[in-house]
Amino acid sequence: MTCSDFLKELTDYLDESMDAQTRAELEDHLQWCHNCYVVCNTTKMTIEIYRDSHLYELPDELRGRLRSAIMSKCKGHEGPCT
Amino acid sequence: MGTIQPKVAEPAGDEMALVHAAKAGDVSAFEQLVHRYDRNVFRIAQHITQNREDAEDVVQDAFLKAYQNLANFHEQSKFYTWLVRIAVNEALMRLRRRRPERMVSLDEDIKTEEDSMPREVADWAPNPEQLYTQGELKEILGKTIQGLPPSFRTVFVLRDVEGLSTEETADALDLSIPAVKSRLLRARLQLRERLSKYFKNRTSGDGKK
Repeated sequence: MTCSDFLKELTDYLDESMDAQTRAELEDHLQWCHNCYVVCNTTKMTIEIYRDSHLYELPDELRGRLRSAIMSKCKGHEGPCT
Repeated sequence: MGTIQPKVAEPAGDEMALVHAAKAGDVSAFEQLVHRYDRNVFRIAQHITQNREDAEDVVQDAFLKAYQNLANFHEQSKFYTWLVRIAVNEALMRLRRRRPERMVSLDEDIKTEEDSMPREVADWAPNPEQLYTQGELKEILGKTIQGLPPSFRTVFVLRDVEGLSTEETADALDLSIPAVKSRLLRARLQLRERLSKYFKNRTSGDGKK
């Protein structure tokens, strides 16, 4: 397996959506290829840091204002179209 | 090496009951659905539009559209996936309005070898949380994702931030599964490459905060 082959499979590897044999081949590659090990590890960290960052959280005050606006528009509407 | 475990919140069992009640005209049932998903819709909208005002408008318009079109929700997917589809379309529409000079499309699939080839191969140490304050970290993450093409950041936010499955993402975006996987791989690698500039192990200490 080349580094390029490894990269192609990286997303499926991180998402655990691959068969056991391909997984074993990728893990074998990671044993000896330091660059792919680092790329794999830092890609995993990239995903985790975005997932856990609370980037673009909806502040409570804005949340209340948006909800009031949405509900008043819904109530002003005839109801779900049928 | 460990793999990513998505934080997918399964919808509560009463969700379809709320949808049915809302379809029958129960506005308070719909309000509960708004309460359940408004944070997610805002996050998705802000990731795509990169503009706070637009994200606020997307939240309002997406829920209103969902309410008006509930009868067209045939329950073949989760309510949330259907709502995400509406929200993404609204967000992309606003992005196009702000950038009429640029093509903004989910089909945007810039294929170059170099954008996926890792150049930065230094490990990250210490943990970025130890290097930067929460505020600084958010600024770096915001600036970094802003630089991605809209189609890449849309797939990334749905899959990796919101935890939709590949199939749900494909369904919400009207893309094939290979197209979702290809955009996701490149989004992840490009973000990793850009973040490495901030987070890489700086043995010489140059530029370290």
